[in-house]
Amino acid sequence: MTLKSIRTLFAATALSLAALAPGLHAQTTLLNVSYDVAREYYKDYNPVFAAYWKKKTGETVTINQSHAGSTPQARAVADGLEADVVTMNQATDVQMLADRKLVVADWDKRFPNGAAPNYSTMIFLVRKGNPKGIKDWNDLVKPGVQVVIPNPKTAGNGRYTYLAAWGYALKKNNGSEVQAREFAKALFKNVPVLDTGGRGATTTFAQRNIGDALVTFENEVYLIQKELGADKVEIVYPSVSIRADNPVAVVERTVEKKKSRKQAQAYLEYLWSPEAQEIAARYYYRPAVASVAKKYASQFKPVGLFTVDEVFGGWEKANKAHFVDGGSFDQIYQK
Amino acid sequence: MNPRPAKRHNVLPGFGLSLGYTLFYLCLIVLIPLSAAFIRTASLSWEQFWGIVSTPRVVASYQLTFGASLIGAGINAVFGLIVAWVLVRYSFPGKRLLDAMVDLPFALPTAVAGIALTGLYAQNGWIGALLAPYGIKVAFTQLGIIVALTFIGLPFVVRTVQPVIEDLERELEEAAASLGATRWQTFMNVILPVILPALLTGFALALARAIGEYGSVVFIAGNIPMQTEITPLLIITKLEQYDYVGATALAVVMLVISFCMLLVINLLQWWANRRAGRES
Repeated sequence: MTLKSIRTLFAATALSLAALAPGLHAQTTLLNVSYDVAREYYKDYNPVFAAYWKKKTGETVTINQSHAGSTPQARAVADGLEADVVTMNQATDVQMLADRKLVVADWDKRFPNGAAPNYSTMIFLVRKGNPKGIKDWNDLVKPGVQVVIPNPKTAGNGRYTYLAAWGYALKKNNGSEVQAREFAKALFKNVPVLDTGGRGATTTFAQRNIGDALVTFENEVYLIQKELGADKVEIVYPSVSIRADNPVAVVERTVEKKKSRKQAQAYLEYLWSPEAQEIAARYYYRPAVASVAKKYASQFKPVGLFTVDEVFGGWEKANKAHFVDGGSFDQIYQK
Repeated sequence: MNPRPAKRHNVLPGFGLSLGYTLFYLCLIVLIPLSAAFIRTASLSWEQFWGIVSTPRVVASYQLTFGASLIGAGINAVFGLIVAWVLVRYSFPGKRLLDAMVDLPFALPTAVAGIALTGLYAQNGWIGALLAPYGIKVAFTQLGIIVALTFIGLPFVVRTVQPVIEDLERELEEAAASLGATRWQTFMNVILPVILPALLTGFALALARAIGEYGSVVFIAGNIPMQTEITPLLIITKLEQYDYVGATALAVVMLVISFCMLLVINLLQWWANRRAGRES
């Protein structure tokens, strides 16, 4: 290449960059860092928000998604991943970011419903015809029943399942901690495989044919049933279960730097719009907005739901009592 | 008396520069990240550190990780040697294909290997279903972990031993035979001393790889505490709870044990090298 042609190339590049520049100005890119199974839901939601934002402000917004386990995602953001917003499946992960001042301290008051636009709960999936007659939590601890639950130490739905079972046992035994401990022990004695993530547990149950029951999020249960067909598995609703909120928050560090606060805030606010709420409901997330919840009432069976705050006094206490090293979960496996 | 030999010159110049570069490179790539782990644990008191790394659950995981890795590397040393021997000494149709297949465990993402092996060895898998009537369970037991570690370690032994076998002089074997040595004697006294250093290297590489393996094992292990939980999983578990210090404490223990094991193997290798050198 001659010097002249290089110079021409440079000029051409500079020109085309200059031509692009005004377009770049009116365009914002947001990164939504989210948990594993929310991929499809946000894929549907993003164009809906982009269209709404374009209509309202004339601005084009592009949204990128990143999905993995909720906690590793939060850790990635803490370590420097430039997320504008985080959409998680447990409050602990957002709280960790708040503790590190990446998210405002009162993040759960910045949006309605404790900053959770939708929620789920833990229910059971059993084999066709329910041969072991599993109806409620106490059927899972019977000898000879095998239950697939992911590891509460590594998976959010394992943690919710553990707390749901514990809460059920407390209710049945007039709040006796000793009985609840025995119940959790009996339950995990029936767990043959402790997968590290929710999807791993799904594979173990569905593909490896292991276990009589799988306990996981309601939205995941419906997804599996759709995948496997209703002739293979049946859905069972226990008498009570835990409310699993999916909290969202704006990441201060990024929106300050990228000047994208306005868009990030709007992106999350719009999750409460009827349109977004209906998308959530289609993916079997329970909508937080009452009017939409009413519309889809037939889809979601009523379950007696309790929250982590009600029964365990918040996530921090629950983690300390149950999931830290030497906590109640570790004690199950200690001789 | 011979005159004192002149100062030996290397063929290539720049010893000082290349040594400096080597040290710098090792520091950047190996030493600095590793020392970060040590520095992080320095925030713990000795009692805290010991408390974290000596709980029964963690100790059970060390035994499993290092035990299964040793067994896996041992299996590979024996059968990898046979594979390498066959690939070098015999010619048969499809040999090139087979040779290329040896590298597959290198290239395959470990999670894929884990899922594939679990699929095969689960109770309803092809191999698992054959073994089930005999009461042998592979997937979700310690046996499954050994299978996975053997799978990922195979190329290391084959690829380190292969060139050495290629260089073996057949005449030596023939000479041994004509001097009346049995096949076993030929193998033990003529062939093994020459390939032993390479075999030890392959063993060490397979072992090191197995100790650090995470991706394939978590799928086939079942991950039951005290039974099938490997140390790398416990490290991840601690990270999931934002316990960075606890995770690095375990990492430091693994590093120290691995380093000691590799050091012993290197010494053995050095000894084998000298012995082979003296005999030939």
